[in-house]
Amino acid sequence: MIKLKINGVEVSVEKGSTILEAAQFLGFPIPTLCHMEGLTPYGACRLCVVEIGEEPRSKLVTSCTYLAEEGLQVRTASRRVIRARKMILELHLASCPQSKTIQDLASAHGVTQQRFKQEYENCILCGRCVRMCEEQMVAKAIGFRGRGENRSIGTPFDEKSDTCRLCGGCMYVCPVCELRCTYTEPEKAVCGGCGNHSAVCLEKPEFNDMMCYMDPCVACEIKQPKDIKDIKDIKED
Amino acid sequence: MEGTQVQDIIEKHEQTRGGLIAILEGIQNRYGYLSEDSLRTVAEKTGRSLVDIYAVATFYKAFSLKPRGKHLISACLGTACHVRGGPAIAEEIQRQLGVEAGETTPDGEFTFETAACLGACALGPIVVVDGHYYSKVGTVNVKNILKEALLGPDEDDIKRDERIFRVEVNCPQCNHSLMDVGHLIDGEPSVRLTASFHNKHTPFRFSSLYGSGMVESEEEVPVDTIINFFCPHCHAELVGASNCADCGALMVPLIVRSGGMIQICSRRGCKNHMLDLDGENL
Repeated sequence: MIKLKINGVEVSVEKGSTILEAAQFLGFPIPTLCHMEGLTPYGACRLCVVEIGEEPRSKLVTSCTYLAEEGLQVRTASRRVIRARKMILELHLASCPQSKTIQDLASAHGVTQQRFKQEYENCILCGRCVRMCEEQMVAKAIGFRGRGENRSIGTPFDEKSDTCRLCGGCMYVCPVCELRCTYTEPEKAVCGGCGNHSAVCLEKPEFNDMMCYMDPCVACEIKQPKDIKDIKDIKED
Repeated sequence: MEGTQVQDIIEKHEQTRGGLIAILEGIQNRYGYLSEDSLRTVAEKTGRSLVDIYAVATFYKAFSLKPRGKHLISACLGTACHVRGGPAIAEEIQRQLGVEAGETTPDGEFTFETAACLGACALGPIVVVDGHYYSKVGTVNVKNILKEALLGPDEDDIKRDERIFRVEVNCPQCNHSLMDVGHLIDGEPSVRLTASFHNKHTPFRFSSLYGSGMVESEEEVPVDTIINFFCPHCHAELVGASNCADCGALMVPLIVRSGGMIQICSRRGCKNHMLDLDGENL
């Protein structure tokens, strides 16, 4: 057994457990996106950052991949962690503003602004689907392709894979494509249930059914007809 | 077709763990690109999943999934080359070739790429053509560099490039060797034939390197002339049974000493040729 301190509370966990598991055992909430029970930790989304070590030599690590060490001091909600987490969420939100999961996480962590250009990607490259396909479905039909800004997930040569059994596991675990927010079509919008009730959109007739948590909300930001066209293109894709 | 031919490369590197990159490099060296067939063969033979192999093949810029031109031109746009005028060089190459970075010219001669750093910053701007480094390139040099690339490979390239190999040929009529040791082309003994066109006869030599396309003749043969070739030993005319797939002229058959046949197009300037090691199509 390994003894470590999380937010000042001592806990002993089995050798080989991660900080995330130890924190969850104690009930300290750590938000995650790419982590999923039953899949190998991947550390892609960086959302589960925690601070380890003593000031001023402390550092930020991803708790889902960092194994518990004897006598480790962990802080899951220090000022530095919260700042980093908010920034990470804001970046995720910029790449996939339509993801309900990310929107809710952002809402819960008090991200109320969107300072970065919205990309309207359909993927945050968290690799959940890739690991699901490989580890749980033992199919290895999809994987990462390319690198840098051209990195994407899909089948080789964009052809239907021989090993794919159309199980749909990849879509089931995707944090971006489940409950896609459809805010340009208010009647279909799912984001009525978000945390923000300042309801800036209510004053605008075309979005009067919507309540967005963000200030200004994403829907209202789309003013240029060109932007709206872009989103329609994405949807058609 | 290609699938079976990459097997030797796979077997060569199979024992070493992590030999995947070496295998892909081998295939890339031989064919100039990684075809879908060859990647599927690698997956099958090494027991790795196609997804993993595709991920590696698309990750590294050195691998290309599209057929590349005969000559690969990379212009450096790294920091040092950039401040010394690299972008102007790249633009000039693009202008002269008429292609953007990453594209191949329609005639299949050149592929142009930009690189982030080619590792010779002090000599910038750098342009690399088929492994040859040109240093301190100015826009005025671009024309010459492209011209030199077309002239063909030198000895070092021949040793390194698996796509270039030597063939020794005999006359299909008298089986006499057609190799001319006394006259070198591309640094190798040339193949000598007698060419006849417009009532003129002239010794005609071409490179014994497969794919080089270098020819020399004592009398200038105008481009597009259809040449009648004769064996310099038995004086029999070398006539094939098939026509060139590109231009329709008759193909000239020659016997490859190591087995099989090679056919070359009889039209001057047409570079079509085919190697048939089994002799099945004849």
